[in-house]
Formats: sequence, structure tokens, C-alpha cells
Amino acid sequence: MADERFDVVVVGAGPAGAAAALTAARGGLKVALIERGEYPGAKNTFGGVLYRKQIEQLIPEFWKSAPLERTVVEQRLWLLAKESAVTVSYRDDRFNDPPNCWTGQRSKFDQWFAAQAEAAGAVPIYETAVTDAIIEDGRVVGVVTDRDDGELRANLVIIADGVNSLLGKRLRAHREWKPDQVSLAVKEVIALPREKIQDRFNLDKSEGCTIELVGETMGMAGLGFLYTNTDTLSLGVGVMVSDLKRLRVKPYEVLNGLKQHPMIQRLIEGGEVKEYAGHLIPEGGYTAMPSLSGDGWMICGDAAQMVNAVHREGTNLAVESGRLAGETAVAVHEREDFSSAGLQRYTDAVRKSIIHKDLKKYKGLHGLLSFPESEKLFGQLPQAVNDALFEFLSVDGEPKRDKQKQAFRKLEGVAGGRMDLVRMALKGWRAMNG
Amino acid sequence: MHIVVCIKQVPDSKEIKIDPKTNTLMRQGVPAVVNYYDMHGVEEALRIKDKYGARVTVITMGPPSADKALKQCISLGADEGVLVSDRAFAGADTLATSYVLASAIYKAADTWGPVDMIFAGKQTSDGDTGQVGPGIACRIDYEQLTYVQQIEDINPDTGELIVHRHLEDGVERVKTRTPVLITVVTELNTPRRASLPGMLRAARYTPIVWTTNDFEELDRSKIGLRGSPTIVSKTWVPEPKHVSTDMLTGTGNEVAATLVENLFGTELKHSLGWA
Repeated sequence: MADERFDVVVVGAGPAGAAAALTAARGGLKVALIERGEYPGAKNTFGGVLYRKQIEQLIPEFWKSAPLERTVVEQRLWLLAKESAVTVSYRDDRFNDPPNCWTGQRSKFDQWFAAQAEAAGAVPIYETAVTDAIIEDGRVVGVVTDRDDGELRANLVIIADGVNSLLGKRLRAHREWKPDQVSLAVKEVIALPREKIQDRFNLDKSEGCTIELVGETMGMAGLGFLYTNTDTLSLGVGVMVSDLKRLRVKPYEVLNGLKQHPMIQRLIEGGEVKEYAGHLIPEGGYTAMPSLSGDGWMICGDAAQMVNAVHREGTNLAVESGRLAGETAVAVHEREDFSSAGLQRYTDAVRKSIIHKDLKKYKGLHGLLSFPESEKLFGQLPQAVNDALFEFLSVDGEPKRDKQKQAFRKLEGVAGGRMDLVRMALKGWRAMNG
Repeated sequence: MHIVVCIKQVPDSKEIKIDPKTNTLMRQGVPAVVNYYDMHGVEEALRIKDKYGARVTVITMGPPSADKALKQCISLGADEGVLVSDRAFAGADTLATSYVLASAIYKAADTWGPVDMIFAGKQTSDGDTGQVGPGIACRIDYEQLTYVQQIEDINPDTGELIVHRHLEDGVERVKTRTPVLITVVTELNTPRRASLPGMLRAARYTPIVWTTNDFEELDRSKIGLRGSPTIVSKTWVPEPKHVSTDMLTGTGNEVAATLVENLFGTELKHSLGWA
């Protein structure tokens, strides 16, 4: 056992852990930040969108020094059918200043973010896995690592060890996630000259664009994405593990399918695949969130299912929860109360925060992600919308009234009838509005 | 006993890339690690420390980012890490490098006591010359034992030691006396993993930095690019040799018979009764 004692041990140096360590260290606490990977971000495969608000609260104007890719000025949504797409997009120069969000690579960003926690005084311990918690009289009093003399004692343990959260499971904060509570995302990083990216996506040199893809996931609940980085593209797809299991499909088959789509193929053409990665993403949302604190511990980020699937927000919720845990750590040290009653303060803070509000809003969504609803929503509906527009926009001498009828019939067909179409819309509305 | 280990930070050979135009190593953006052979030198020094008690000083010459390599050695149990770093040292070949490291070893002896043993890897994985270790030994006039695969015995009182050297055609058992410089091969030992207290110590440790100003009698004509007479006139990748491949078909026996015939001629085939 290490002789030294810490006020707080933070497990996991992703955005939740780094935010917790940074906040606690700034509050004058003695903090150890433990990370399993060779460096923070080494285990990460995220190539996605990073938002300003939550990180800015910790580090004002962080975008001037943090490693980010492109400022997102345009967000597109594509409903894909076999050889067509219905596209919706919004572009606004106001997203440039102040920037709203960026594309980023977490393998780079996490290193930078954790370095801020180190600069604030958190002691980094990397390439070290936490295998268990030390529990005495029902209270967590430290962690066990995979190194010799590997026990480390602390007043508090903040669990931020990601979606697989070994420690969360050990503490019975939650059980193994069910297949319908997680999706498996696979992603390729495709290198292209930056001028080509700018031309193909209609961007200025620092500007970026994101495309979310619905449909062409073999009828499984899932979303594809295509994001522009500085000189690479992130192309990937996340599909519910329950669907992959049900249909016995391998996730890269879905990704390969997307790469063949005529709309996507021309955007990635000539690019060289630099990386291929896969990762679990929590999708359980509000109803899957575990207890957030107990005697001597708090849990944040992916480990606590804090992901808003509709808005692909996870990193910022992780940062927010980490900050709240760090603030709670500082507060309970003033009163020296590390009991679950004292740490209830963290649970309450999360409840009052954007994390809880947003996840609660979409709590019904989880129901739409499971079969057979999912097949309608992610398979038949995108196809029907495309077909309906094909009918409606084809000029072939038929009267417009008939055209409109035919188009509607396509959509009704998916729902099973006119009333069912209304019911389906209502269900979707409820899911999106809690 | 005072042991110095010389290490070098090199590009991670798992992630190495060659510039297709110039055929040179692309070092930018490639993660750096401690030269593989050097870690065995660190390990051997720490084993001697564990067994007999010793002060272990790790020295490296390199850019400021090489402090990470030194911290890694501290996490394993080294006492001090010295980074010899100055723009004036940049561009050094093996001659200039061994001059600077020898100067640093003199300074380490002045600071922490006479140096009994020096460990270095047999070569680096990026330069591959194997010249720096012997170069240091010559300059400071130490016995040099290269390619050491085993230290059979050390007598800490008399300084006598017996080592096994890994040669191309066998193993040489040598008996000598400290002070010595030893370059090591990987068969010597298995490097340890740092303990948690070691990781904590390393996390807080700041390596000592020596610049040109910290050396009193440094001959400026012998350091950096100026002190490096080596010129790389050309680098190239050897053309791969094209070897033709014959696929043998038939039953197992037929394939075996044809193979034996092709390898050893018909005589063996007949004597095996396969004809």
C-alpha cells in the first residue's frame, strides 16, 4: 500500500475525471488522477463534437489553446434510403463567434484537458488500472490498482471510468448494462487533403460541418455520422447492441454499407483510412442512470449513463457531472462528512443540472430504440419518406392531388394505417418531450 | 556504490513511419519511448541497488520532452534523473554525444560521488550504431564490457565482477573489476513494472536539467552539429529480393517426395525408398 493518503482519488482521466480532478484540486484538495491508458485519451476512440459551454465554465476561452479540429458552422441531417437522401441542414455564421461547438479528437483533447488538472495540482498516475475499491464498514476508503503496493487510500473516490465502469459494477452502483442500454459505435478516420474537405463540404479553412445519418442501418436502431476534422473525416455508425445481437450483424458491415451509399461515397472518395475503432456508448439514458453517490463515492459521465443520444451530447455532460462531483468533494471536505448523506449533495446537484433535465426530457426515447418500433423508425420510415418525395417531385402527368395521396400512403404504409401514423407521430413527440 | 545508467528517448518503433520521398525516419508526431535495450540497463542497475544498496543516477541527452523518459526511470526506483539539454547539443552524432555524456558522468561523480558502474543499452533502436557506450568508456577511461547478457557475480567490497558477453559465435565469460561500463542485451533480465508508490514519486519528480552553462570545461567545438563529423550521404531501402515460389500439389507423400528431391537431390529420395 502507498503510505500516502489523498483527499480524493479520481478513477479515469476522461472529460468527467479530468473535470472532477481539476475542480477538486483548484479547491485545495489533494487529488490523485488514475488512468488505465498510456495517457489520457489513449483508450478513447471518440472523433466527434465538443461543446463550448461546459468546458468554458472550467477553462475560459479554452479553444485558444486546446487541440480542436474545426468550428462547426453547419449541421446536416440526412434521411437515407438505398440510393437517395432527404437532407435538412442549418448553417449560420453566428456559430463562429463565439464558437458553439467543434469537431475534435478526444485522443488529443483528453491529454490536454487532463494536463490542466495536473497543472492545478492533481497527481497523475497513468497506465494504471483500478481493479477494486477498498471498503471498510460499508464505506469506500480507497482503491486497489493493478500495481505492486497498489492500494491508495482517500476520503473520497470519484468514479469516472467510462461506459464499462468496472468500479461502478464492483460497488453495485449498477449491473452489467443490458444489450438495449448500450450501442456499439464503429468509426473510421479517413485522411483527405484539407482543401478537398473544404471544397466538398463547402467550408472555409477553420470551419467544419457535421452530418447525422438516419436510415440504411439494416433496420436496426442506430445513427451514422460524418464529421469534418482538419485533414480527416470521421465516418461511423452506432447501432444498439440488442439489434446487432438479434440480427447477428457485425457493426463494420453496417459501416461498409454506408460507405457505398452514393451520397457518402463521393464525399470520402480518394481518402485513406487511417484508423478503425469501436467503442460502447451508453444509450439507456434517464431510466438507466444508477445511484450517483454513496458512502465515500460519486459516479460521473459515461459510467453513470450520462449521454443524450438525441443530441449526441456525452462529453459535455461528463464534464458537467465531473465539475459537480469536484465541487461536492470540496464542500464535503469543509464539513468532513463523506457519508452518503453528505454526498447526496452531488446527486441533488445533478438533478438540478442540465444533465438531468435533458435526459429526463428524452426518457421515452429508449422505448423507440427497441424492436419492433426501431425497425419502423430507422428502417421503413426513412425509406418511405424518400419514396414519398420521389412520388411528389416526379413530374409525370399525374395530378398533384393524386401525387400527394400516393406520397401519404407510403408513410401510412409504414405505420399500418392512417390512425397508426397519427399514433406513431404522437409517440415520437412524447418520446422527445418527456 | 554509484551506478549511472545512460538512456535515450527514441521514436516508438511500433508507430514508426519512413518518409517515402527522403527515406528517412519521420520523427514528428511519433510517440517517444525509452530505447528498449536501455530499460534492461536500468533494470540491472536497480537489481544491484535492491541487492547491495546503490545510488542509481539516470542520464539522458535530449530535448526537454525527454524528461518523461527520466520520470519513467524514477517510477521504477532510480534515485535521480538528469536531462542534459541545450540547443547547442542538438544535431550530435555518436562522437559528440559520447563526449557530452562523458562530461555529464564526470559531473555526476562530482555531485553524488565516484561512479563505479555505468550501464547503457547495446545500441539504440533508431540510430542502431552501438557506438555511444564504447565511446563514453574510451573518454572516461573505464573498462568496457559490451553485449553483456548476464552478470554472474559482483563483489561489492572488492569491486570484482564476472559477466557473460553475448558474442556471435558463443559466450565469453569475463572477470574484471569496477569501474566498468557495461552495454547490455535484452537477455540480461526482464524489466519490472513500477509500483504504485514509485508512480507517485515519479508524478511529483522534476528531473535535473544540465545545460552548457552547467559544465565548466566543455569544449564547444566538440558538441552539437559542430562536433559531429559524421555525414549521412545517402539512405535507401534495399531492394527486396524476388524469390519464386512453387506450389507443390498431389498427395501428402508425393508432395513430401518432391520437396525432399528439390531440397536434397534424388539420392536422399532413393535412400528413403521414395523413388
